[in-house]
Amino acid sequence: MSRPTPLRGVHEALGATLTDFAGWLMPLRYGSESAEHNAVRQAAGLFDLSHMGEIFVTGPQAGQALDHALVGYISALEPGRARYTMIVDPRGGVLDDLIVYRLADEEFMVVANASNYPRVAAELTERAGTFDAAVEDRSERYALVAVQGPKARAILGELTEADLDNLKYYAGLPATVAGREALIARTGYTGEDGFELFVAAQDAEPLWAALTKAGEPYGLLPAGLSARDTLRLEAGMPLYGNELSAELTPFDAGLGRVVRFDKPGDFVGRQALEPLKDVPPTRRLVGLIATGRRVPRHGYPVVLSDGGAVVGEVTSGAPSQTLGRPIAMAYVDNDLSTGLAVDIRGSHEPVEVVELPFYRRKK
Amino acid sequence: MSNIPEDLHYTKEHEWISGIDDGLTLTVGITAYAANALGDVVYVQVPEVGSAVTAGDAVGEVESTKSVSDIFAPVSGEIVEVNEAVVDDPSLVNSDSYGEGWLFRVRLEGDPDDLLSPEEYAALTSGES
Repeated sequence: MSRPTPLRGVHEALGATLTDFAGWLMPLRYGSESAEHNAVRQAAGLFDLSHMGEIFVTGPQAGQALDHALVGYISALEPGRARYTMIVDPRGGVLDDLIVYRLADEEFMVVANASNYPRVAAELTERAGTFDAAVEDRSERYALVAVQGPKARAILGELTEADLDNLKYYAGLPATVAGREALIARTGYTGEDGFELFVAAQDAEPLWAALTKAGEPYGLLPAGLSARDTLRLEAGMPLYGNELSAELTPFDAGLGRVVRFDKPGDFVGRQALEPLKDVPPTRRLVGLIATGRRVPRHGYPVVLSDGGAVVGEVTSGAPSQTLGRPIAMAYVDNDLSTGLAVDIRGSHEPVEVVELPFYRRKK
Repeated sequence: MSNIPEDLHYTKEHEWISGIDDGLTLTVGITAYAANALGDVVYVQVPEVGSAVTAGDAVGEVESTKSVSDIFAPVSGEIVEVNEAVVDDPSLVNSDSYGEGWLFRVRLEGDPDDLLSPEEYAALTSGES
């Protein structure tokens, strides 16, 4: 049985199609996923992300413990700021990609993917063992609701006195939203401006209701995981299990910039990763745009148009609402950028190679 | 509950067939239940007019945001017409599954077998939803 989020009743009342995702019963879509996708690009969308994990690391050496446990320079974060980072195994393989918020000098919140957070919590506990720091998985206590899109700022502004205009991208601010205590984070996974609101599980329903009401005049729609996936794909953002895995290092994924060799002290994975930093990987992550209408999907081989030799593999693919064509991310042999096709169930469909992302919002 | 018209026949692969009673040219589409399960249909590949098909053959595909599914020939015969409108606008499969969203017409050869009545199809889908 999949675990429900605190918003299950809301999703059912909205007639959502529910699906199992990483052991959680999640809304796949409420109506048309294309309409949900377009609402986020043009107005705003409301997401339940309560399946994500929230792991707190606290204590005098919490920052040093995270510097040791993760690839990022976490102790250098200012309170109130957040950073995209990763946890790797001793071979440098990515165990998860994370956002870490520094809530106070001695308090950090690590947000991990639903499929990985029990493992991440266990690794953090072990890796923090020699530091004066405590690790606590508080995922059960939190709900996470995101409002994303060009109207997100205006909608959230109806419900809080918090100074949203001075809340930077990748920053977090404790505030009251619709009368409930929340951590407002200016983060997201859609390529749009937006906010993620961490609240106590029992506050999720009233918060959702308040956002729905405030968002109505702005065209806000509830949006499911299907729209979330196509939005993040257009924005060129990696998904753990697709673009990231324990078989790949951050360098393999083109995300070597998150590994901070300049921080003090040793960290798990340093020895394995250090020799890789100046070595170009044999494959790189690229964008593909199909010239036809069939969709390249996860696991399909990328081949040479001439001869059909396999030179890569699709990691994620979907029809793109914004481009009007199927798009995909794929790992492809380094030197190739033309003459490629994707083997779509036996027929070789031509694709164009482009740099990521497919979509970048206008500032 | 999905809409299951009384005057159609159905398959386990979630296709509907009309015109079975006159036994000549049958129209085939996918059911509202299947269209809803797929989500927004973005691409439909239909068989070629003039091709001979055998019941159970994969003769096309329906692609949605999240998945791709084969279309199977529900009966044996010759494809006599395909719905170009649904090729141009695949969303017709979602908006009008039993009307404008039809996929192809097939001239029946021999007797159809293993088709489901509306009651049987309703029983099949109530167990899956």
